[in-house]
Amino acid sequence: MADATHTGHDHDRPGFFTRWFMSTNHKDIGILYLFTAGVVGLISVIFTVYMRMELMEPGVQYMCAEGARVLSAAAEGECTPDGHLWNVMITGHGVLMMFFVVIPALFGGFGNYFMPLMIGAPDMAFPRLNNLSYWLYVAGTALAFCAVFIDGGAGPGWTFYPPLSWQDAPTSRAVDFAIFAVHVSGASSILGSINIITTFLNMRAPGMTLHKVPLFAWSIFVTAWLLLLSLPVLAGAITMLLTDRNFGTAFFDVSGGGDPVLFQHIFWFFGHPEVYIVILPAFGVISHIVSTFSKKPIFGYLPMVYALVAIGGLGFVVWAHHMYTVGMTLTQQAYFMVATMVIAVPTGIKIFSWIATMWQGSISFKTPMLFAVGFIFLFTLGGVTGIILSQAGVDRAYHDTYYVVAHFHYVMSLGAVFGIFAGIYYWIGKMSGRQYPELMGKVHFWMFFIGTNLTFFPQHFLGRQGMPRRYIDYPDAFALWNYVSSIGAFISFASFLLFIGIVFYTLRAGKKIEENAYWGEHADTLEWTLPNPPPEHTFEELPTREMWDRQPHH
Amino acid sequence: MAHAKNHDYHIINPSIWPLMAAGAAFVMLFGAVNWMHGGLPWMFAMGFVATLYVMFGWWADVVSESNAGDHTPVVRIGLRYGFIMFIMSEVMFFVAWFWAFFKHALYPMNEYVASAYVPPEIYAVDPFHLPLINTLILLLSGCAVTWSHHALVHGGPRKDVANGLIIGVVLGLIFTGLQAFEYYELIAHYGWSFGGDKFFATFFLATGFHGAHVVIGTIFLFVCWLRVLKGHFTAEKHIGFEAAAWYWHFVDVVWLFLFLAVYIWGQAVVIG
Repeated sequence: MADATHTGHDHDRPGFFTRWFMSTNHKDIGILYLFTAGVVGLISVIFTVYMRMELMEPGVQYMCAEGARVLSAAAEGECTPDGHLWNVMITGHGVLMMFFVVIPALFGGFGNYFMPLMIGAPDMAFPRLNNLSYWLYVAGTALAFCAVFIDGGAGPGWTFYPPLSWQDAPTSRAVDFAIFAVHVSGASSILGSINIITTFLNMRAPGMTLHKVPLFAWSIFVTAWLLLLSLPVLAGAITMLLTDRNFGTAFFDVSGGGDPVLFQHIFWFFGHPEVYIVILPAFGVISHIVSTFSKKPIFGYLPMVYALVAIGGLGFVVWAHHMYTVGMTLTQQAYFMVATMVIAVPTGIKIFSWIATMWQGSISFKTPMLFAVGFIFLFTLGGVTGIILSQAGVDRAYHDTYYVVAHFHYVMSLGAVFGIFAGIYYWIGKMSGRQYPELMGKVHFWMFFIGTNLTFFPQHFLGRQGMPRRYIDYPDAFALWNYVSSIGAFISFASFLLFIGIVFYTLRAGKKIEENAYWGEHADTLEWTLPNPPPEHTFEELPTREMWDRQPHH
Repeated sequence: MAHAKNHDYHIINPSIWPLMAAGAAFVMLFGAVNWMHGGLPWMFAMGFVATLYVMFGWWADVVSESNAGDHTPVVRIGLRYGFIMFIMSEVMFFVAWFWAFFKHALYPMNEYVASAYVPPEIYAVDPFHLPLINTLILLLSGCAVTWSHHALVHGGPRKDVANGLIIGVVLGLIFTGLQAFEYYELIAHYGWSFGGDKFFATFFLATGFHGAHVVIGTIFLFVCWLRVLKGHFTAEKHIGFEAAAWYWHFVDVVWLFLFLAVYIWGQAVVIG
């Protein structure tokens, strides 16, 4: 074994190709995840800007059958709406954001980088498998882009409902690419979950019992279980879709006794845990940030842990609230309605515990804290509309309207993504050794906060007015709030560009930070005992209990 | 040692396999899509061969690391956890196929109001002929593997360990052969087809994915047999063997559920 690579000094670092393409280092792989997720996120956001351009005014100005237009909408005269292009855009946005941006950033990026550090593990349990997860994610992303750009693109929406998803089977390969993209991303996440769970169970620092593990590590652990148990079921469902499309099976084909609603059931059995997979790691990030910047330990640690576990468990038994209108019996609807509302209880425990952590704290509103407080406010708002939508009766009116779009963007685009930004501002100094410019961070926050709210809040109004989702055009009655929403999307996009600038500025010219725990004594998990950036191999000497245990008598 | 590592965890050197595996997966699946849409299978075949090559190289590395003593007791615990979770994910994969079967068995579309679907006449397989024999063969093969496992754990002669395994492998091959024979008979002589009706879809995909797992498990056991002959396993340290045995029992259990559902209940579904 090459002992020289283990000394941890910078001059012994492996070469560029070895370090970034053959990595078995959880920190490097975490950075790869974050960087790739950022690039894919930018592309996916560009899709949304194009969609909001199209929706800015009634009529179709950009997505024309004569050829997609970008800037010169008015000049070119005749424009036949190209509904398929619209469908490809929403599908691409959904698939990329769900599978290739948010999970890789929160679970792959922060999970890889900080979960082992927080529990004092020298690396992941299976470092080589860890890199396979990353590269399969890249392969899946490549397949997803094939699905967008080959054969006119896939347009059934990220949910792949049949018969939408197989009506083009004879002529187009696009949906098959999308199916394989999801397969590969699923394999990546399953292997990642196995790695995370094993690391969490097997490699905690001496003395760190389960009830002493930091909340972020817990959130990643629970998320890993959701991925491990839900993704294989999705793999089965989309394999059925694949054979229905290409080999003439009749799982979902009514003429052969199949049932399209079966697909919806199996899909949402995965799909609902999926939304918690997206949000739970953000919960973990927010807990640490709120505690750090309130200069108080987190309020109600154990309830916070068991709330995570409860949300994860309940997430598996509420799936059909996504499909109240498919003709389920009243009994079924009543069950799924009640079960869904129960989730508000553990979620409420988390929200109130964060507020209680801030209560009488000495709060400093640095950028991560701004994003964290923004997260709490906006996630609560999205949660409240979720309670409204959980009513099977009310959902009759709101189903597939912009109200639903507003709801899930409040919990994901404003919840999970605020969590990602909060985590990046919180930890970028630790990961890079350089601090971001505080003022620009705050400008980014306010631009993003105003932009996203301007985008999504009016969509509640549109949904209440009855505007259906997934259409390229709308009647004049909806013009005002669509216009406002588009303005908001442009502001959000500008803020995203600013964020990219901040990241590059920080990496090249940010102020070097020498102090390990640069956010002060309440950033007290194990990553704050390490230099900025940490050496190649951390905890070669396992941490002792004094280094992390703040409440040794519990 | 020169470096400061002072723990029993396994810090692995950089490796090219993950990158190659992902590249192979991309080529294989891109080729598969083209193949399904009337293209030639070459790209798929290249990717498939590359995938097999990566598997071989990667696991060869794992075996040599194990022989070099990198798999300390704590690493072995981790490997066990990892493999158990892999099997759990496999179980959840089969949940989807059983879900499809149960749905169509419990709520067939022809019972829905205003449904135009009329179930076709399908030749019913008698579960207590060939499927029962296959059940016994698979269970017997599980017994042989358990015999081998016990011989290994309790320090029995290596001959017992190897014989138990190879009997398990041969029985697994017989199972696969009989299953292929059954498919052939049903399709060639009894009017079954892959497409057409949802019953065929659930039957062939559920038993087919099980069959694929049997083949994989048989290869896994065969590799363990080779490693037994090379003396890789000891009574304390035999993670590869343990994983293969667990996997084989998992395949057994899935078959028992398939036998109960797809064959016994399925016969009732077909007869109506």
